[in-house]
Amino acid sequence: MMHFLLLFSRQGKLRLQKWFTPIPEREKKKIVRDMTTMVLGRKPRSCNFLHWKDLKIVYKKYASLYFCCGLDAEENELLALEVLHRYVELLDKYFGNVCELDIIFNFEKAYFILDEFLLGGEVQETSKQVVSRSIEASDMLQEVSERPRSR
Amino acid sequence: MALKIVKGSIDRMFDKNLQDLVRGIRNHKEDEAKYISTCIDEIKQELKQDNIAVKSNAVCKLTYLQMLGYDVSWAAFNIVEVMSSSKFTYKRIGYLAASQCFHESTDVIMLTTNQIRKDLSSPNQYDTGVALTGLSCFVTPDLARDLANDIMTLMSHTKPYIRKKAVLIMYKVFLKYPESLRPAFPRMKEKLEDPDPGVQSAAVNVICELARRNPKNYLSLAPLFFKLMTSSTNNWVLIKIIKLFGALTPLEPRLGKKLIEPLTNLIHSTSAMSLLYECVNTVIAVVWLSVLKYLGLLAMSKILKTHPKSVQSHKDLILQCLDDKDESIRLRALDLLYGMVSKKNLMEIVKKLMLHVDKAEGTTYRDELLTKIIDICSQSNYQYITNFEWYISILVELTRLEGTRHGHLIASQMLDVAIRVKAIRAFAVAQMATLLDNAHLLTGNTQHSGICEVLYAAAWICGEFSEHLEDPMATLEAMLRPKVATLPGHIQAVYVQNAAKLFSTVLCGQEGAPADSKVAQETSQLLIDRLPVFVQSDNLEVQERASCILQLVKYIQKLQQKDVEVAEEVTALFAGELNPVAPKAQKKVPVPEGLDLDAWINEPPSGSESEDEGRKTKGKAVFAREESRHTKPRYTEVDEKELAKRREVRKAEQANNPFYIKASPSSQKVRTASSPNRQLVLWMPMSDQYVKLEEERRQKNKADRKKDKKKRREKGRQRRGDSGPESEEDITPAHMVDIVTEEMPENALPINSSLTSRCITDVCDIQGNLHDGSQVVVSVIFENKCDSFIKSMEFNVMDSLNSKLQRPEGAGPHDSLTVPFHLPPGISSEARFIFSVQSIVMPQKLKGTLTFIVKDSSTHEKLDFKLHFTCTSYLITTPCYSDAYAKLLESGDLKGSSLKLEGINQPFHHLLARICFHHHFSVVERIDSCASMYSRSIQGHHVCLLVKTADQTVSIDAKCDEPGLLRNVLDEIKLTFSQC
Repeated sequence: MMHFLLLFSRQGKLRLQKWFTPIPEREKKKIVRDMTTMVLGRKPRSCNFLHWKDLKIVYKKYASLYFCCGLDAEENELLALEVLHRYVELLDKYFGNVCELDIIFNFEKAYFILDEFLLGGEVQETSKQVVSRSIEASDMLQEVSERPRSR
Repeated sequence: MALKIVKGSIDRMFDKNLQDLVRGIRNHKEDEAKYISTCIDEIKQELKQDNIAVKSNAVCKLTYLQMLGYDVSWAAFNIVEVMSSSKFTYKRIGYLAASQCFHESTDVIMLTTNQIRKDLSSPNQYDTGVALTGLSCFVTPDLARDLANDIMTLMSHTKPYIRKKAVLIMYKVFLKYPESLRPAFPRMKEKLEDPDPGVQSAAVNVICELARRNPKNYLSLAPLFFKLMTSSTNNWVLIKIIKLFGALTPLEPRLGKKLIEPLTNLIHSTSAMSLLYECVNTVIAVVWLSVLKYLGLLAMSKILKTHPKSVQSHKDLILQCLDDKDESIRLRALDLLYGMVSKKNLMEIVKKLMLHVDKAEGTTYRDELLTKIIDICSQSNYQYITNFEWYISILVELTRLEGTRHGHLIASQMLDVAIRVKAIRAFAVAQMATLLDNAHLLTGNTQHSGICEVLYAAAWICGEFSEHLEDPMATLEAMLRPKVATLPGHIQAVYVQNAAKLFSTVLCGQEGAPADSKVAQETSQLLIDRLPVFVQSDNLEVQERASCILQLVKYIQKLQQKDVEVAEEVTALFAGELNPVAPKAQKKVPVPEGLDLDAWINEPPSGSESEDEGRKTKGKAVFAREESRHTKPRYTEVDEKELAKRREVRKAEQANNPFYIKASPSSQKVRTASSPNRQLVLWMPMSDQYVKLEEERRQKNKADRKKDKKKRREKGRQRRGDSGPESEEDITPAHMVDIVTEEMPENALPINSSLTSRCITDVCDIQGNLHDGSQVVVSVIFENKCDSFIKSMEFNVMDSLNSKLQRPEGAGPHDSLTVPFHLPPGISSEARFIFSVQSIVMPQKLKGTLTFIVKDSSTHEKLDFKLHFTCTSYLITTPCYSDAYAKLLESGDLKGSSLKLEGINQPFHHLLARICFHHHFSVVERIDSCASMYSRSIQGHHVCLLVKTADQTVSIDAKCDEPGLLRNVLDEIKLTFSQC
């Protein structure tokens, strides 16, 4: 199971955090700090996997953003990389050539996409099409319910 | 009231939304904390308003600030308010904020139970979805207890979207409220076979998680998971299932055995690294050691192709595998070593291998070791050898092997090195002289053992480079021992010829000191005494050479008796150095101006010739037409990879041929590290002028060719890519394998898909068109069954390591191919796809997808299908004559296997016809109720069948030089008859 997913910039600024297990606020802050220092301190071409306490940390850098997740020790690291990649693909499809700013300014959308892809730390839907279809559908619903108000 | 709403909207226009907040924070880098605290004050004001839109905007901003590390727990109640909004837009924001900010100790969670229950039963599936998503993050034991029943009901919701979320969240509920597991489990198990793949994979995920915590309780599900594993096409799901088996197997060891086959199949066929890794991982955990070693080595050989460095560090481990009891493991390890050598470690690796050669039992494995040592050393033009003296001594050491079949291999290496590496000759000659002196050790009792081939090389080297010999007389004596007459003829011939060469050298040395004219005469006498044995040889070549040389020596002796100095003249017989000549050397000589090589020297007699010509064309008409028909596909389908492979094969041949030296510029001057003056001679010396001329000619040719190529491309024909002039010249049509066109309509593959009825069917109707060794053409008929126009069809297949869809140059390995036509309603059309196949021993299923756009709805549709490459489809009906057939069976190279079919009540000739038709055999001979049949695979394996029938029982005895292929073909035959 995945315990958390973090997106942060090269400067260590958190861009997105998703916790699949309830963790006290203070603990969360500590994890975020540890992850950013650990991952940012790695040399450019080093391995994408780390061990931290009893978790496996899998990270990958996409453009200026680091995608980093914490897994149970018995999980498949390569699969986690694929999960990260799939999430990037989904973001890319939604925003069209996604960049860091897209995620900063539409951070709730980034969460909505993630929620359709992962649930409770497990992959919810493996088909890209199905995920984007349900995101489109809920966006449509939002627009429909917003429209009367704007008049 | 209306006024209030209007007022609210106007207020909102002046509020900051999320974007403004983010922008503001970015603009206040210096006093960020101050800016945010004013923002929080604003948010507090906004939250006090009644307007839900304003509130939700405020909550959205808070969620962002929470991420930046600000405490927002004071707003928990407002979040619940927003969650309770009836509008999806706000509800979504509310639940997002809750999932980010709430944790178990948040007390307002208690207030949410009813709201969540209401949302879960909402008629809008997205309301339910949002509630489930949120709940997954902040579910508490209380919530789990209160909502377990509602969620369980949702697991059977009509919408798969809800079902899969409900299934996944159930795991969280189990964790918080374990009592719910027992009542919910039957339904969870049911979901493993849900028609929706998303729900199915969710259920697999949950059960895998549960099983990992307590595997014992889930053993009963093993058969169900086994079925899923062998049928599922979804890598994400497969990985989870394999992981589950990893947890189950320690409890049930029998599972391990069952798993080996599907796991090895997956390892062989998958292209996904993560799945491969999981398989290997599980194999490590469950399957016993030897299989593990084997698979590990196999995996390494795959890694070696892409990342040689990472495997090299495991050299010691791999060398250890050479000690393994199991021969197949040792052979695998050998394969790996081949790819691992470098200049640095070559000597060490070979040293280890030599130790194994000494220890090895059984000649097959030892021979394999021997060939591998030579392969390893000689690969890429001796690229890794830094010390040729060492290599020669290794070769000499290898000659001590008794009973090896590979004497000629060692011999050709000796010749190759001695001829091409000039600096090594003195050393080589000394070694060879010792070999000749100890020839009796080599030949021993077994005169026909292959190892005496090395004497061929030794004799030739000693003769040709005799000036390096320290004691030519001794060697000459050794070469003329009576025992030599027991050697095979072609070796004796070399002995005789080179004895003459040595003789000339000896004379030179002896006549330097005139006082010793007697000694010189004695030398001649030695030859005259010994040669008659060879004159009586039953080998014509030996006889001829011996008698010729004998007469020559007799004449020389006469002259010597008259005190005439003959040495110089005798040496002249063998003057000049033999140099290696490249086969293409002739091409390097420019054609002199005014010489037309194609012009007739004498005009051919006109009348009879033309008549002859006419008759010829008539006779060849059929053949000629066939030729032209084959030409097209031959060019389009021989791709770059194929060419590269052939080139490799040719290179290997050339490397073993001492008289052929590679021409590629990179290897033209291979200097070895240890001694810069030691150099492989690669070309006959050529005057600079010629070289220049040649270069100009090449340049011109290249340009011409490029133009030519362009033209071809314009015509739209796909041809080989831009390879250097080298390869263009190298690949002559003679290397091409003729294409056999073979249609196999019975292999019709209905492609399974739920969409079939709606829009499109595609039937893989003809699966054949097989030709040279590694390519298969698949023809697919697409039929549009719906009423709309279908366009932009893209065909894609997931490559496996064994089979790959051939894509145009420049396309990535996962790109899809565009189907070159549109389909109007009701029309069908055929497209062909080329696959390259490495091993034809196993049948294979490839998964693929077809995406297309239906014009009316203009959405992308997807169709999954499977391509089944049976082993039968690799067979080509080839006629065979009974005598050739008998010879084939006698040769003993074929391995047998048999099959019994019961309850066949069709006439025998029908049965034969079925085998011929479905499995591409031809009948060789038929006697009563017994028939012999024959077929050939595209890679040239012979398959022979003997079919007998009696009382509704048919027995098939089969033989083939590839047992795996045979087994699969027999299985397929069995299937054919079980279906009728």
